[in-house]
Amino acid sequence: MKGDLGRPTQPDAERSGEAPPTFTGNRGLQIEEPLIYEIGRGDVSGVDLPDPPKVAARLGGLERADPPGNPGLSEPETMRHYVRLSQKNYAIDSGIFPLGSCTMKHNPRLNEKTARLPGFADIHPLQPQSTVEGGIALIAELGRRLTELTGMAAVAMSPRAGAHGELCGMLAIKAALEAAGETRSVVLVPDSAHGTNPATAATLGYDIVEVPARPDGTVDPAAVRERLNDTVAAIMLTNPNTAGLFERDVIAIAEAVHAAGAYFYADGANFNAIVGKARPGDLGVDAMHINLHKTFSTPHGGGGPGSGPVVLSEALAPFAPLPFVHVAAGVPRLVETDDDAPAGAHPFGRLTAFHGQMGMFVRAMAYMLSHGLDGMRQASEDAVLNANYVRACLSDLMSQPYGDRTCMHEVLFDDAFLKDSGVTTLDFAKALIDEGFHPMTVYFPLVVHGAMLIEPTESESKASLDLFVASLRDLALRVGRGEVDRFRQAPRLAPRSRLDETRAARKPVLTYTAPESYRSAAE
Amino acid sequence: MRYLPHSETDRATMLARIGAATIDDLFADIPEDARAPVYAGLPDAKSEFAVERELATYADRNVAAGAAPFFVGAGAYRHHVPATVDHIIQRSEFMTAYTPYQPEIAQGTLQVLFEFQTQVARLTGMEVANASMYDGSTAAAEAVLMAHRITRRGKAIVSGGVHPQYRDVIDTVSRASGHPVDNLPPDPGGTEDIAAAIDGDTSCVVVQMPSFYGHLRDLGPIATRAHEAGALLVAVFTEAVAFGAITPPGAMGADIVAGEGQSIGNPLTFGGPYVGLLAARAKHVRQMPGRLAGETVDADGRRGFVLTLSTREQHIRRDRATSNICTNSGLCALAFSVHMTLLGDAGLKRLAALNHANAVRLAETLAAVPGVTVLNETFFNEFTIRVPGDAAEIVERLAEAGVLGGVPVSRLQGRGKGLDDLIVVAATELTSAEDDQAFAAALAEVTS
Repeated sequence: MKGDLGRPTQPDAERSGEAPPTFTGNRGLQIEEPLIYEIGRGDVSGVDLPDPPKVAARLGGLERADPPGNPGLSEPETMRHYVRLSQKNYAIDSGIFPLGSCTMKHNPRLNEKTARLPGFADIHPLQPQSTVEGGIALIAELGRRLTELTGMAAVAMSPRAGAHGELCGMLAIKAALEAAGETRSVVLVPDSAHGTNPATAATLGYDIVEVPARPDGTVDPAAVRERLNDTVAAIMLTNPNTAGLFERDVIAIAEAVHAAGAYFYADGANFNAIVGKARPGDLGVDAMHINLHKTFSTPHGGGGPGSGPVVLSEALAPFAPLPFVHVAAGVPRLVETDDDAPAGAHPFGRLTAFHGQMGMFVRAMAYMLSHGLDGMRQASEDAVLNANYVRACLSDLMSQPYGDRTCMHEVLFDDAFLKDSGVTTLDFAKALIDEGFHPMTVYFPLVVHGAMLIEPTESESKASLDLFVASLRDLALRVGRGEVDRFRQAPRLAPRSRLDETRAARKPVLTYTAPESYRSAAE
Repeated sequence: MRYLPHSETDRATMLARIGAATIDDLFADIPEDARAPVYAGLPDAKSEFAVERELATYADRNVAAGAAPFFVGAGAYRHHVPATVDHIIQRSEFMTAYTPYQPEIAQGTLQVLFEFQTQVARLTGMEVANASMYDGSTAAAEAVLMAHRITRRGKAIVSGGVHPQYRDVIDTVSRASGHPVDNLPPDPGGTEDIAAAIDGDTSCVVVQMPSFYGHLRDLGPIATRAHEAGALLVAVFTEAVAFGAITPPGAMGADIVAGEGQSIGNPLTFGGPYVGLLAARAKHVRQMPGRLAGETVDADGRRGFVLTLSTREQHIRRDRATSNICTNSGLCALAFSVHMTLLGDAGLKRLAALNHANAVRLAETLAAVPGVTVLNETFFNEFTIRVPGDAAEIVERLAEAGVLGGVPVSRLQGRGKGLDDLIVVAATELTSAEDDQAFAAALAEVTS
């Protein structure tokens, strides 16, 4: 039944053929869907509301003169619009989503259910604290678990995403340096870093000095030492790094950084590889953000919301931003203003209104409770096992920039195996779409030519991985056979063929405007 | 463990294929001293029902907004979210998708973002909007930095009517990037003359509408004065429903509009996740932070959508990006968009009218309580009252009496600043006349 290579079925070559064009443009279950501006009407609403009581308005003569121009849809039309749109999306629930560095793991529905309990979803951030003791206690307990898992002294829970967490950690470093009477102007960033690292440092006015990787893809402590002096505020290092490799000299790097009076900021995007196996605090880290939407499985939602708590070392803890939970005599309390801060706290300011991404905190807590320490360790091990399995199954056909060596939770290939074939990394990725997979991360890290970064995560079964690597092998062999069109024209079977990004950027159309003919007809 | 597919046999087979003897061989690059840490207070795996039970013990210690007469606003509002909204955002294809970097298999998310951008632009009376920000406060701070890039100046003047925590965020981000901020004193009466503070160094004036204290004002004269001085008007809002009733900032000359979209489609959830809205004049689009969806065509000439103008963004520009922002608030933006689609212009207008009418009724009811004054001449669904006594204590005692009676201004502004007797109170479509009566009775009781 399953055939070779784990393929479920194969069409009969005699009977299959190109599907004929259709009148509607639809193709079976792939249904075209217009914009709400093309199907909605100004006088239709899918919400029934009571008549507003008659009152003397107090709007000060500022009543809105013209309606916004957002048409409405009835409830059934709304359902259909969004269900049809949803069917044009690939998702983890449909198949492997091997985006390196993004950690697309399973999103348990228990997490969704618990986050929707009225005691979490229907509480206001500014209710009296006496009425939200459970909410504050949950933030405190999640924070405690994060500090325990990372071996750090404290945590700032409010950052709303990973990059927001970077800003938080770097601001804490800046505040600590200022408190010591120091102004330092440089931040060291390895050339393989996430783009957010240099962008964050630049936002804070730092000059960036790049640290190149050595030939094995990791950072050389000697290269760091060469660049360290009393103008360096911090190094921002991802570990495991973006090549999927553990920075084995991380302790030596941390020691050198500390000896120079600088701080070690760790980008925690890849913390999921080492949960339960190693603690950043034991590696000399001073600050690290944790992407709850990666490591602790809160859903990515098509691009957010994220959540980026930052764990801090003893040295940085006093500078954590408002608000924070302060536990006195076993009772957690939210500290929201400077006036309210306990002795010894010097918060550097506030990064966001309210207290952070509570909805994500509940989901992350559900993940932690469900897995337990044993399950989290197993998840890290399975994630690393899966990445190495993919590596082992592909290393003879696809090229690796730093040689065939053990990786952590993700495996990095380059485009050397595509050299002179006429097929680019992008073409190769798009061909995967026709095979029913979401492609891997491409062209990142930037320092690797034609990079393809595969992160299977622990959520993939062996059968799922076997089909994935078999498909990649098949594609790599087709490249070798010169089947170039298959790649250049891909994808042919997705809801859209390749989209013209240059055109989109040259003359940006970012909002809907009714076509001229439509407008003149309406007038 | 129910989320992990491998059997022990699978693991053994895979290790053999890799050529590793044990799983720990794969972790050999971790320095020896740091291996096998000992953790405290982290129990082992639990069943689904045990987890549910444990989390419920936290939830049960909170008073849900729906369980009491509820008047808390000040930046987050309790509105009804139609059942359809929560169903759609839990569709696997939306909830478990990533940022649409492969547009051919992400047209669902991309078309939603394009529609969202249009809805936000039209709601605020602007020309373009981005694909969302973290929340209103971070959107406001990014709007200020955006104004600096456009004007090539560095000073922001921030109205005393801006939400105190938004002011704090603008302050923190500005200070960190070396930009001065002129914070005008708190303006509970809605009487400040912000135009007078504008000078030749001013990059932007930041005004909230409706203000934190609830006041409405014509932004036109401020915009005119700002533009004369070569500065921009940044309009901030926390209650998106207001623009179903009042003139949007775009129609009053605002150059950038930044605010909170939680009110439409998103539950309170103790402050997040929410959805920041950022809209601007089309000519400023290349200075906007965050993601943008744009229209294009595919290789077969069919309309499609992609993320565009990414040369502004950190993953391309690195240290020269417009912002370090990477993520947006995708699923919350979807919730906003679905709710807005359900409402349409007609529904939004009705919803706004209902909010205003309920707030007017509440204001009249509270004004009748002895010793209580309503400060506002104008408001949408939120206003400020002066109470005879310490507002923070009174709100606490109201809670003991079973009424969640607004936000004491001192909680956000700090005590001893002449604001200790002020409470910001809000009404929405969910506020009933009975709620008003319960509030008035309890307020009379605790202040007598």
